[in-house]
Amino acid sequence: MQQITLDSQRSLLRFLTCGSVDDGKSTLIGRLLYDAQLIFEDQLRGIHIESQRKLGDVDALDLSLLVDGLQAEREQGITIDVAYRFFSTAKRRFIVADTPGHEQYTRNMATGASSADLAVLLVDARKGLLIQTHRHSCIASLLGIRHVVLAVNKMDLMDYSEDVFRTIEKQYREFAKKLNFTSITAIPMSALLGDNVFKHSTNMPWYQGLTFMSYLEVVDADATYENEPFRMPVQWVNRPHQDFRGFSGTIAGGSINVGDDITILPTGTRAVVMRIVQYHDERTSAARGEAVTIVLDREVDVSRGNVLSSVKFPASTSERVEAHVMWMHEQSVQAGKQLLCKLGTALIPAVITKISSKIDVNTMETMPTDSLTMNEIGVCVVQFESKIGHDTYLANRDMGGFIFIDRISNETVAAGMIIRDAATTQNITWHKMDVDTNARATVKGQKPCVLWLTGLSGSGKSTIANLVERALWAEGKHTYILDGDNVRHGLSSDLGFKAEDRIENIRRVSEVSRLMTDAGLIIIVSLISPFQSERERARRTIKQNEFIEVYIDTPLEECERRDPKGLYKRARAGEIRGMTGLDAPYEAPENPELHVETMEQSPEDSALQIVSWLRTHGYLQA
Amino acid sequence: MDHLSNLEAESIHIFREVAATFERPVMMYSIGKDSSVLLHLALKAFYPSLPPFPVLHVDTGWKFREMIEFRDKRMAEVGVKLLVHRNEEAIAKGINVFNNGSGVHTDELKTVALRQALDMHKFDCAIGGARRDEERSRAKERIMSFRNQHHRWDPKRQRPELWHLYNTRIAPGESVRAFPISNWTELDIWQYIKRENIPVVPLYFAKQRPTVVRDGQIMMVDDDRMPMLPGEKPEMRMIRFRTLGCYVLTAAVESTAANIDEVVYETLSARTSERAGRMIDYDKPGSMEQKKIEGYF
Ligand SMILES: Nc1nc2c(ncn2[C@@H]2O[C@H](COP(=O)(O)OP(=O)(O)OP(=O)(O)O)[C@@H](O)[C@H]2O)c(=O)[nH]1
Ligand SMILES: [Mg+2]
Repeated sequence: MQQITLDSQRSLLRFLTCGSVDDGKSTLIGRLLYDAQLIFEDQLRGIHIESQRKLGDVDALDLSLLVDGLQAEREQGITIDVAYRFFSTAKRRFIVADTPGHEQYTRNMATGASSADLAVLLVDARKGLLIQTHRHSCIASLLGIRHVVLAVNKMDLMDYSEDVFRTIEKQYREFAKKLNFTSITAIPMSALLGDNVFKHSTNMPWYQGLTFMSYLEVVDADATYENEPFRMPVQWVNRPHQDFRGFSGTIAGGSINVGDDITILPTGTRAVVMRIVQYHDERTSAARGEAVTIVLDREVDVSRGNVLSSVKFPASTSERVEAHVMWMHEQSVQAGKQLLCKLGTALIPAVITKISSKIDVNTMETMPTDSLTMNEIGVCVVQFESKIGHDTYLANRDMGGFIFIDRISNETVAAGMIIRDAATTQNITWHKMDVDTNARATVKGQKPCVLWLTGLSGSGKSTIANLVERALWAEGKHTYILDGDNVRHGLSSDLGFKAEDRIENIRRVSEVSRLMTDAGLIIIVSLISPFQSERERARRTIKQNEFIEVYIDTPLEECERRDPKGLYKRARAGEIRGMTGLDAPYEAPENPELHVETMEQSPEDSALQIVSWLRTHGYLQA
Repeated sequence: MDHLSNLEAESIHIFREVAATFERPVMMYSIGKDSSVLLHLALKAFYPSLPPFPVLHVDTGWKFREMIEFRDKRMAEVGVKLLVHRNEEAIAKGINVFNNGSGVHTDELKTVALRQALDMHKFDCAIGGARRDEERSRAKERIMSFRNQHHRWDPKRQRPELWHLYNTRIAPGESVRAFPISNWTELDIWQYIKRENIPVVPLYFAKQRPTVVRDGQIMMVDDDRMPMLPGEKPEMRMIRFRTLGCYVLTAAVESTAANIDEVVYETLSARTSERAGRMIDYDKPGSMEQKKIEGYF
């Protein structure tokens, strides 16, 4: 054994080996430990004897036997379940999960990947990229792994050819463009013979990069958790006697101090942290990863599954989420499936209400589907039985990752990662329509078009839209208003207010507008639609000459002064994030068809300006 | 957080999951260093409450005397409830390692005894101190390891276990073995014992002790239950144990490491695994896995 130092500050790298069956994953781990002299003598003796018995050769040494710890694995020569090995060098500590390549055991690969910071993806140089190479990459990326070592293995069987290596590397980099990796390091190797594993290969002088081990020792794969809001799912209520009631749990995000305000989710009850107990220590603060017991300043109703959360940035409590779901059971799943969901410390009945699409792992493209079979990854809408505290997986793995458990067999049948909230009716007020359906139906004689009113919240879009509609109605025109707030109640009731949700909302509104222009209507859209690129996309969706961009131009100060829905006030108080104009950008139109300056004229005049423009451009006659 | 604190937090999290989700959990206590760490972690996890489960010692009747003394003293100190179970039937039949070999000894006095105890008390979860770095079939095991009605482990159908989300759901009669210190190594154990000042059986520290050498392994002569072979005579040697089981099945190592610092240092530079001193692993390749399938820890 290599002499190692005692300090417990050496950083820890958790990685996994993955890739297609027989690409040499287990052999690579065995070789790494063997060459680094990190195998105990008695264990080495054991695998020597087994190798001889298996291969009938006195010098044989099958290093995969070191990690393939199950009898069935050794009999079949494949890995079935993940093996964990712990080792350290002078520079670093490592936990490696050696996972199976066989498709049938993909769930075990996911198990190993869920705790890893780096993936070593093996490719057999003879075979190149296979479907499992793609599938494992996709799973690693979705699970949040950002660093990949592309281990092009079995170079000994391809004459150590640089061309072979470069071709595979190139293909992989092309494929991986669709994934979320931040670094990909390709290394040509022979796991069997040890080339570039621990020692530099003399067979591949053209490779100047680091050996596998050197790379593992230096790669910076630490996740950063700066400015993360406080989260602690309550595990266990600690009540030894009447004078002590604490809430035990592991801090899943941010940090907490004695004296801090917290909110208890999903109820939203507030309390103040009075003590942070950790065995005989009274702590004044604690942070992510620590297992503590928190005592609050008042008697509140808190039980297992609740989340103690930052007041300023509380976790979401919506009952509906959109999530990536990796289905792991032989029996496929359809929408409507009732399951148990474990998220944080909560165990809650849930239904998959919709399976929107699944990922083709070879192309990373999504395609529509209504079911998921084993090892397929889809985008689903999940409805929880009641409110539950959670974040997106991207924001916080511990608050956004969940498993599904079968209600009858109790098997773990799927893993999920929350993409976004799919239900939200906060921050929305309903606008009364001035023109009813019957009235609209009586009119004709017009050219269909979309008046796209863009501008800050409170700039007057809805008011002007209503006035325009009333004016057009008075002239007997056939119109319809798509108001940003109103579509949030129906068409887009499953979307939130993050950039991606807003983009999707705009896409939907554009599509619906297009359909309505087909039906011959004049559509008045009033939607903040802050991004130029999204409005451009809407323009492309809708037919030539039918998209009329109307910039409702009101200075931010004025919008904030009007604040008809009280949103600016709440945003300033920190209750709402992503408020356009404050902490989210608004890109004013560069070349709008119409520029309406509300400080210069009354809303009636603004409506008139728009109607006049329509008339002069010939939209108000058939 | 430093390495040991991370390990500690993970273990405490597992303990709390068990306490919160099972109806009748129990903690296995085998008196060794891993059990000592396990007990300490349990005390920490639930403080100021006591661990909300009893402690179970499956006694083969062949433990070192010092181990039993240590057990009783320690349990009295911490105040948790201790259950001791023996397979009385097998003991009455005179089953032991000398008459029946290590295979039957382990089966009857440990595996069967453990199953009896779990059935008798209807425990639905047994917490154990196994570590993945001990042996390669252990390296394959989940933290929450599912067992069917017959206490059997099916290594080919383990439940996926992602993140820190443990599926603790079982049907009546089924059970789970929970392993809070799965991710600890032998070195971590010793460094933690040192950091936290955890009491361990003195046999872990080197001392002159009466020994005989059998099949190249040093055996300590604990008392006259161990028959001498012809020509054998106990000799004093400076020895200690890296792992403690039944004294007839656990070999000692020659060592001068007489205190915790020296033991940590010796562990750092060890060239053989701790289980090199455990006879049960050597019955045949895969024997540990087979024992686990049958319900051994
Ligand atoms: N020639 C050559 N053979 C290799 C190399 N690496 C692995 N092998 C052989 O490829 C076969 C499969 O190796 P394993 O290490 O079991 O493959 P694996 O990727 O772990 O397979 P699974 O875990 O079952 O997916 C064995 O026969 C190895 O000896 C290599 O670099 N060169
Ligand atoms: Mg393998």
